[in-house]
This record gives sequence, C-alpha cells and structure tokens, in this order.
Amino acid sequence: MSEIADKVKKIVVEHLGVDESKVTPDASFIDDLGADSLDTVELVMAFEEAFSVEIPEDAAEKITTVKDAIDYIEKQKAA
Amino acid sequence: MQSTGLTSGQRRVVVTGMGIVSPLGLGVERNWSRLVAGENGFGRISSFDASDLPAQVAGEVPAGPTESGGLTLSDWVPVKDQKKMDRFIHLGLVAATEAVEDSGWKPESEEDRCRTGVMIGAGIGGLQTIYEASVTVKEGRARRLSPFFIPSALINLVSGHVSIKYGFKGPNHSVVTACATGVHAIGDAARMIMLGDADVMVAGGAEAAVCPLGIAGFCSAKALSTHFNDTPEKASRPWDRDRDGFVMGEGAGIVVLEEYEHAKARGAKIYAEVIGYGMSGDAHHITAPAAGHEGAFRAMQNAMRSAGLTPADIQYVNAHGTSTMADDLELDAVERLFGDDARNLAMSSTKSATGHLLGAAGAVEAIYSILAIRDNVAPPTLNLDNPSRESVIDRIAHTAQERRIDTILSNSFGFGGTNASVILRGV
Repeated sequence: MSEIADKVKKIVVEHLGVDESKVTPDASFIDDLGADSLDTVELVMAFEEAFSVEIPEDAAEKITTVKDAIDYIEKQKAA
Repeated sequence: MQSTGLTSGQRRVVVTGMGIVSPLGLGVERNWSRLVAGENGFGRISSFDASDLPAQVAGEVPAGPTESGGLTLSDWVPVKDQKKMDRFIHLGLVAATEAVEDSGWKPESEEDRCRTGVMIGAGIGGLQTIYEASVTVKEGRARRLSPFFIPSALINLVSGHVSIKYGFKGPNHSVVTACATGVHAIGDAARMIMLGDADVMVAGGAEAAVCPLGIAGFCSAKALSTHFNDTPEKASRPWDRDRDGFVMGEGAGIVVLEEYEHAKARGAKIYAEVIGYGMSGDAHHITAPAAGHEGAFRAMQNAMRSAGLTPADIQYVNAHGTSTMADDLELDAVERLFGDDARNLAMSSTKSATGHLLGAAGAVEAIYSILAIRDNVAPPTLNLDNPSRESVIDRIAHTAQERRIDTILSNSFGFGGTNASVILRGV
C-alpha cells in the first residue's frame, strides 16, 4: 500500500470511528462505514488539509469510496 | 390526592425522572448529598487560561471516572460524535440519559413514541464552538469550517439529539430565555402535556459557558464576582453583604414530565406534581430588575394563582439568588408576596454551592427542590455570613435544615427582564 493510501485509511478510521479492518479500498463511506452526508464533507476537508490539495465540490461528490479518495489524491500529487 | 388550580379538571403533570450534571458532579443523588452536606463545586477556572480576566473562578463539571461522579465523556457520547456537538449538548445528553433511564419510560410502540416529546433549552448555546469557528474564518480559512459547526452551536440541538437517541417523535422544542430557560422549559412542557400535545416530555436546560467569551462577556457586564479569585469557595454568597457578582457554573438539569394517569398506569415512581407556573416581563431594563423586583413578584403571584394556592401553602422557595445586588430585590418581592407567612418560610439559594448555571439553573434548582420535598430538608445558602439586610425569612445560612416541606416555589429570572416561577408539590 502506498503512503497516501495508509494516510487516507488512518484519516477515515479517525473521523468515522470505524475499525481499521473495515476500511477496505471498495468500502463506501456512506453505505459501509456509517457516514452521513456531513461526515463526508468533513472527511474531504480532512483530506485537503492532510495532503495540501484542493478538492473542488464536483470532484468531492464523486469521492464515495476509500479507493476514490486514494486515486484522486494520488493523481493530484502526481500532477 | 387533591387536585388544585392549574390542574383541576385538566390533565395533571408529574415528574417521573430526573438527571443532573453540575459542578457538584454527575448524578442526582450525588448532587443532593453534597449539597445538603454544605459542599461546593468551585475552583479556579481550569479549562482555559483566565489569568488576564478579572473573574477567575467558576463551577466546572469535574472530569474523572463516572463511578466517582466525574465526567468521562466517552461513557456517554461516542468519540466520533463528540466533535459534532458543543459541550452544552454533551452535558445535556448526560443529564437527559440519567433522567430518561430513571423514569423507566421506554416507548415500544410508534404511537407512544409520537406522544413523547423533548423541550430542552439553553441560555447561550454553543459559545465556545462559535468562538473557534470565528477564529477559523478570521484566519482566512472559511472553507475549512466544519460542516458540524452550525448543528454543534444551535440551542435546540440538545432536544434534537435526545429525540434521535431515544426515538421520541413528539413535540421537539426548545426554550431560550437566558437564565430563566430551565423554569420556562419545565413550565411550557408541562402545559404541552396538560393541553394534550404529548403524554411525556423530557424537559430542562443545559449550559457550558465557562469559556473565554462567556467569562469575558459577563465580566464586561460587571456581573461576575472578582474579589474571591484566591478563595473560590467563598465567591458565591447570596444575600451576604460582601457579595460582588455571580460565579459562572456549567451543567444540565433534565426532568421527565408525564401525565399523571399515564405514569400511574405504568407504575412509574412519582417525585412531585407540577401544580403552578407563572411568568412575567419587567419591561424595564436589559439586565437590571425594577425596584422591588415587581416582575418577580408578578411571576410568583401568577404561579400561585395558577396553582390555586396562597403563600401559607408554600414552605420552601428556591431563590434565583445569584449573589448580585439583585438578591435583595428578590427578597423584597418574596417578603411582600408572603406577608405574615414569610415568618414560616424557608428560602435558600443553591447557587451558593453550584454557581449560576444560566439556562440550566432553573431545571437543576427545580430538581433540588423536589428532593427537598422528598427528604423534608431545606438545602443551605453557603457563605451567608453577614446578610446585607435582615429578614424574617429563614435563608438557611451555612447548614441544611430539616423542615416539613410539601410544596415549593422555584424562581428564575433572565436578562431581558424575563421572569418565571414554578410550583411543585409532593404526591
């Protein structure tokens, strides 16, 4: 797992109070990890803060799983 | 049981559950035993550095293990949810949990859930949350504002969280009348039950304003005690000649109110009946009461009228008594209302032990008064060493007294010239 993936996972565990084992790449924040719409807004903010990236609203709306988040951030970081 | 005044020919309302978190700790019984023993909940402010403020003492809810009466928040609110609520909501949830569990009311049917409501208010609400969010915006980080900022700060969110936690789908309401909030919440919720809007209401107040904005704001209004920073236990001294302002406290008081037949039918324990409720406005000044506290006089008078009582029927008054100059004005009003019966009256200010819990004060003090009925004990007014004026009313200086108490009146008055009195009687 990449450094980014590790960090994303850690943030999700922290913010949603879920067990690390549940934070698989395909896990959906809302359907699998118990987040509500406000939680996902906060989660995206936490990603922005942690990785010093800007995630515009339309991009944020498409980030629904752990993998979505990792892919988006990796792409931003590579750019 | 004789039905009187407010309740005659109407649905009667009784108290079937109680919960408190205060500077005296968690739990109704712990609060009461410490209060009756003459203990207090004061210390130098520990939650932030108050050294540059004139007032440096407060009554903070003690942190510590739940079993020894301290607050361990994770025992009450899941860690991931804590940051979604200001501290006043945390404290409200702690007291509401105790009250609901104490009542034993667990509505199983959808109909019962829809007949159970919540009415918990606050005087100020999420002040510290608003402060921190303001700093974030000021630093140019408005886009980083938490999506939980607004629901964390809103006063009616204690009611919201309690209804979500327990599935109570009846009236969901909230009171905001500064330091009169707690009494208004109980009185208004009782009337909702009387009028048939609900059969059970969880009612009370919560407050957590021991924070830089709260202390500095009341300091600027010259409302807080500033001369006892090195002797916090002496700072709250209602009616004493050396009093110099109130001491801020934090916490929550919550009661479960229930229609009498409903409570009886399920075999609930009944602490007291809400038999009278009175309100008034001063129409005088934003912070100062009028001469003779005539607004307080009318609130008490209205409560007695609604209960169909005369002063001779009341044995104990829990005074608003904040340890400010207004204490003697309330005393004037009580003396005038009670007339010759003032000689037989006991009146104390439990703020001498807890400080002033603002929007939570009225509810916490109503609960103390119910326990005064239960145990026939008038709790003391601490630090009343030298009354600034004499009175025929026994203000229970220093030490609790055993007295026959079956009916009490509890007062709360708020900025804006708002006054509320509630009368409770043993059942």
